[in-house]
Amino acid sequence: MTEKILLKGNIALAKGAIAAGCRYYFGYPITPQNDIPEYLSAELPKVGGTFIQAESEIASINMVLGASASGVRAMTSSSGPGISLMQEGMSYMAGSELPGLVVNVMRVGPGLGGIAPTQGDYFQATRGGGHGDYFNIVLAPASVQEMFDLAIKAFELSDKYRNPAMILCDAILGQMKEPVVLEETKTVIPPLKPWALTGSKGRKPQFLKTLYLSDGEQEAHNLELKEKYDRLREEDVLFEAKGLDDSEIVIVAFGTVSRIAKTAIQMAKREGIRVGMIRPITIFPFPTEVIRETAKRIPRVLVVEMNTGQMLQDVKLSIESSVKLRFYGRPGGGIPTPEDMLREIRVMFNEEGF
Amino acid sequence: MKKVFSRPKSLIDRQTHFCPGCTHGTAHRLVADAIDHFGVQEETIGVSGVGCAVFMYDYFAIDAIEAPHGRAPAVATGIKRVHPKKIVFTYQGDGDLASIGTAETIHTANRGENITIIFINNTVYGMTGGQMAPTTLLGQKTTTTPYGRNFRNDGYPIRMAEMLAPLEGVAYSTRVSMHNAKEVLKAKKAVRRAFQMQIEGMGLTFVELLSACHTNWRVKPLEGQKRVEEELIPYFPLGVFKERKGKDFL
Ligand SMILES: Cc1ncc(C[n+]2csc(CCOP(=O)(O)OP(=O)(O)O)c2C)c(N)n1
Ligand code: SF4
Ligand SMILES: [Mg+2]
Repeated sequence: MTEKILLKGNIALAKGAIAAGCRYYFGYPITPQNDIPEYLSAELPKVGGTFIQAESEIASINMVLGASASGVRAMTSSSGPGISLMQEGMSYMAGSELPGLVVNVMRVGPGLGGIAPTQGDYFQATRGGGHGDYFNIVLAPASVQEMFDLAIKAFELSDKYRNPAMILCDAILGQMKEPVVLEETKTVIPPLKPWALTGSKGRKPQFLKTLYLSDGEQEAHNLELKEKYDRLREEDVLFEAKGLDDSEIVIVAFGTVSRIAKTAIQMAKREGIRVGMIRPITIFPFPTEVIRETAKRIPRVLVVEMNTGQMLQDVKLSIESSVKLRFYGRPGGGIPTPEDMLREIRVMFNEEGF
Repeated sequence: MKKVFSRPKSLIDRQTHFCPGCTHGTAHRLVADAIDHFGVQEETIGVSGVGCAVFMYDYFAIDAIEAPHGRAPAVATGIKRVHPKKIVFTYQGDGDLASIGTAETIHTANRGENITIIFINNTVYGMTGGQMAPTTLLGQKTTTTPYGRNFRNDGYPIRMAEMLAPLEGVAYSTRVSMHNAKEVLKAKKAVRRAFQMQIEGMGLTFVELLSACHTNWRVKPLEGQKRVEEELIPYFPLGVFKERKGKDFL
């Protein structure tokens, strides 16, 4: 029998990283993610790992870059202001095709903002975020169990594609406690990385770089990166679909908001309105196809986010213009309630032509 | 200049992109000489900063990586923590190390990371066309100090070797020059000493090399060497500012 234990989201995520074989953590304190470095500073030394509290997030991400270049699984975690400082390093990691995990426990912004939950960093996470033509692999957990599971998945995908991965979550997921099943019996052994820098014993020296100055070199490199992103879209889109068979309206929501939406869907059902949901788990690559196909059958889509409409853009790009699209968002720390969502569902349901 | 040594094994036999007579080339030889001297070519990982020497991997026959501008010490930290037995060094210019990367430099030194930093002080931003560097001398004309560096507007040239020496994590901090054969020999000893101390696990070793950028100084190569001697050394004195004798960590 698999045992369930009660865990905080941030701790589950840290445990997931250790289960994934990550032994290197570099980070700088910021609320609301401090449980992650605090926990790992105690646990990593016990498993032969290394924890460094870096002088800044710029240093943190570059330590991750260096460790990753050396062939191991490495990570950092932060929130808004710190994630902004990491964008340079993440761009270099994407450019030199280095894996690594960056956790963003989002806090409201812009600027110093506050520590309230938000989904305001969706654009930064899914559009690359730093300079240049690249993407991060971005996973959005919606439960404490997924904080654990997706930490492992993020390392797998990051290694598979040699590209930085990000876990995008918020203070609610980080702080709440839920029962979790830890697959501790399965010890993940990170893959061997023949491209890693280890000293050149027994082979030719090799190097990692991002600078391409000769004619056409950079273009060829960027096209190779594009192929990788296309393959990601092809092979590794993750989403959860619920109640799509007989519903009249589809909600698209990720992370924390998708949980609130589940309650709203129950409430609507009691009123006789059948609502389904698509929850993107990978937000890059985005589950475009399932949303497109579903909206052909059920042409009423409600997008709910804790921002002023960011994932909304990706949903718009996925559906035909004839689909009725409605958005409800609360930015800056506002959390949409089930009642808010039910109100939006009713409006859609009572719209003309329904 | 007389030939002080022939091409070290860990340097690739290839024409460099450096301006003819640039002492970046000399510094490359000094580092390669130390690698060969200790027989650690297959144990060494180099980290290049962004500047004229960004193409380290084109010239050294070792594993190497290009760090973001100024971040080489943080990248080297990540590498060294994964491979504590390997020899890890960074090679950085004055813009890279003493301006944009000052925080990474100081904190890597303060942690006593067991790596070697090779610091090329040529008092300008060579790669981007000769703008002011943190090390530009007072009165020195650069493309962004057309009237000469003025401390009221631009502050003072920064002395890194002296600044880092008092940090407990620093095992060795020295400034050497490459303006003539005699000084190159001293510089060679300093670089070897730095690598040796790293091999012995003594902490961070830092070698500042005064270097001529005659292209951006707009002088002939030989005049460049003269300027190092007559103008740079009086402000940036040569010498050893710190040398630990044992692993006398606190
Ligand atoms: C973040 C960032 N800012 C600016 C630059 C442009 N840049 C490239 S090299 C350089 C300065 C190089 O000077 P230095 O470090 O002294 O090296 P040198 O070429 O003199 O050896 C600058 C400003 C950059 N690459 N990245
Ligand atoms: S610009 Fe200056 S530092 Fe760069 S290669 Fe030429 S002489 Fe050397
Ligand atoms: Mg310079």
